[in-house]
This record gives sequence, structure tokens and C-alpha cells, in this order.
Amino acid sequence: MSRTIITNILRFLALVFTQVFLLKNISLYNLSTPYFYILFILLLPFETPNILLFALSFILGLTIDAFYDTPGLHTTACVLLAFVRILFISITVQKEGFDNEPEPTLSNMGFRWFFTYTLILTLFHHFFLFMLEVFRFSEIQYILGRALLSSIFTLFLILISGLISYKSKERK
Amino acid sequence: MRNLLIFITKYNAFFLFIIFEVSALIIYIKYNSFQKATFINSTNQVTGNMYQQVGQLKKYLYLQDVNDSLARENANLRNQLKTSFYVDSAAKHKVVDTVYKQQYQYIDAAVINNSVNRRNNYITINKGSRAGIAKGMGVICPQGVVGKVVLVGEHFSIVQSLLHKETIISASLAGSKDLGSFVWSDDMNPRHGLLYDVSNSATPKLGEWVVTSDLSLWPTGIPIGKISNLHSKTAKGSFLNMDVTIAVDFSKLKYVYVVNNKLAAEQLGLEAQEKKDE
Repeated sequence: MSRTIITNILRFLALVFTQVFLLKNISLYNLSTPYFYILFILLLPFETPNILLFALSFILGLTIDAFYDTPGLHTTACVLLAFVRILFISITVQKEGFDNEPEPTLSNMGFRWFFTYTLILTLFHHFFLFMLEVFRFSEIQYILGRALLSSIFTLFLILISGLISYKSKERK
Repeated sequence: MRNLLIFITKYNAFFLFIIFEVSALIIYIKYNSFQKATFINSTNQVTGNMYQQVGQLKKYLYLQDVNDSLARENANLRNQLKTSFYVDSAAKHKVVDTVYKQQYQYIDAAVINNSVNRRNNYITINKGSRAGIAKGMGVICPQGVVGKVVLVGEHFSIVQSLLHKETIISASLAGSKDLGSFVWSDDMNPRHGLLYDVSNSATPKLGEWVVTSDLSLWPTGIPIGKISNLHSKTAKGSFLNMDVTIAVDFSKLKYVYVVNNKLAAEQLGLEAQEKKDE
């Protein structure tokens, strides 16, 4: 239990630092910007109580906002992400499966499930983030384009990180 | 009552979502007018100091470029020195000149946080109210206009960059002095801008400089960019439109000057009084 907490704290710090000092300066053709830090919410254990999940998302969003100078923007998107995560997991995962697979990682859940999970959650987060940032419907083309291209970039990074930390089941 | 409680615990995710989402939205909307944000931004000590540390590391990587631009600017300044002019008269007098009163004072600052790829870009600089910086001052760099100060902390300030959807600058053509308005272009390219509302009688030329006008916050004649296309595709307003290539490379910005207009308070005071009288 304490090991899970320490892992998650370290993951939180590592992701925030990567996002703020490295990925913030990266963009492809001024359209596609990665928001890799959402991996923290994606990888929280299945058994995290709902209130803790929301509180952690809120704190993560607020931390990112402090560095991006956009108070509330990432916080709102992260809380929405947490809600979509709860819905998605309650639809696709059996309750009994929680004991042997504590965290929704790529190696635990398999490529197909993890890919769908990441894709849907990333799309929700990015679309909501850009929509809130622009705050008007007349630029819907810009919002959709940017959200889609950024999602592809983020998805790519998350899958790569999943493959790097891949542990095959035989070795366990 | 009991049924209600059961209902709430059964769908607790939804109710928690509502609570957290509403509080996040309140933060967003309350601090949306950026100037009101006091706590959660990069002027506070923790994030400001972290950015400064990383900024110091980055500075080493840009030393070459910075040296070049400083040397160029030194040469420019040296050209303006009295000693570099040949005095073409026999006698020299020393005159205490009371005609000129210093209007603009420049405060140098280093950029510690910068972005170019967002819709509204802000720059954090490492000087604040202690160095004499106040809200509303213009910011320039040797290449041209950078932005204006929107938020001042004790040791850091935040500058609203030229690359910001709400930045509009009163600009003029360098040759003919025709007035217009300058904004960042819609395609989010950090090198493209748009000059619009230039009167139809103006005759702009390709490659002509666009500079700040007398009406702007910055000293007159600070370069903004060069005209790259006389008929912009993204038209705005009903007069002449033209594309401008921005002179400053924002992705390499390291040092800036904050312009303190010493007569600004007097001017603003008079203008405010005039509005009251109307």
C-alpha cells in the first residue's frame, strides 16, 4: 500500500516536471502540443476511492495551471477526465478483476483495452481543454483540429511510455 | 430521506464530479481576467524561482546569440555617441541643455519563462516592482516590440506578449506615417502578423518597415515588422490589409527592456480629465 503511494507521488512529480520544463516548449507546426501529464490520472489504481480520485485530479490540474498561468483551465479539464475515467472503467472492467490487476497499465490490461482507454480519455480531456480556452463556438474548426492533433501526440507519448515500462506476465 | 441518501451514495461519482467541476469552473471564470490573478501564476515565489533556475541553465545555451546581438547594439549606440562625430566648427561650447528632458527610461530584464505556441502567450521577466516596473509599461528588445506589462510582483513581472489574441498595437508605416492597427495573425505562426485599417490613400511597399505610432504605449518608431504581402487573405476591417513578418524572434527572446514613460502619468491624467469634461 505504502509502495503504491510512493510510486504515485514520484510519478506525479516526474510528470509535472516533464510537462512544465520540457513538453511546454514543444509544438509541432504550432498546432499539436502534448499534454502528457494526464498519464498520472490514467494510471491511478483501480481501487482509488472516487473522492480521492477527484481531489488528486484537482490538485494536478491546479499545479499545472500554476506553471501555465491559466488558473482553473487545466483543473476543469482534469476533473472532467477523472469523471470519464470512472464511467469508462465501470463499463469495461469486471469488479472481480481488481485483486490481481491493481493498476490500469499497458502490461496489466493488454494493448487493445489500454489503447481504447487512453484514446477516449485523451480526446475528452483535450477537446474540453481547448474549447474552454477559446470559449467561443465560432472557432470550432480550430478547436477540433488542435484537439485532434494534440491528442495524437499525447497518445503517442503515453503508448511509448507504456511500452518502455512493459513487464510481461511470465516474469512476475 | 433514507432513499435520498442511498441514491446519493450510489451515484456518488456524479455528485462529486459536479462539486469539483463547479469549483474548478469558479476558479477559471473568476480569474479569467488575467490581471486579477494574484496567487496561482508564475510571479509567486515558488514557481518563479523554479523558472529562474531553469532559465539560468538555458542562458548558457544562448550565449553566442546574445553576445552577437549585444555587440551589434553596442556598435549602434557607439555610432550615436558625440565622440564618433567629427566636429565641424572651430570653437566648442558646453551648453547646459534644458530643452531636452528625459522622457523614456529603460530597465533591462532577463526572460525566464516564455511561450510561443499557445493562443495567448505571456512572458515572465526577472524584475518587478522593486526595480521600478509598473503595470502598463511597454516592453521592447533590440529587434523590436515585445509586449506590455500586465502583472507585477515584487521580483518578477508578467508581460502580455505580441503573440496574444487580445494585443492590438497602434502602428504606422515607417515611410508615409499612415496609421493602422497591428494584431497577431490568425494562423498562430509566431512570425506572422496583420496590419489593418490603413487608410486607402496610403501606398505601402513590400519590405517597408511597420513601426509603433505616436499614439502607442511604446516610444515612437520602434520596429514591429516588415510588410510581406500587400493584400492579406485574412481580411479585417474595410480598409487596406497587409501581412507583416514580425521582426522579433520570440522563441529566442532572452533579454528585454522595459520602457518607463516618465510623462505617461501626466498624459493619462489629462486625457482622463478631458473625458470627464465631455
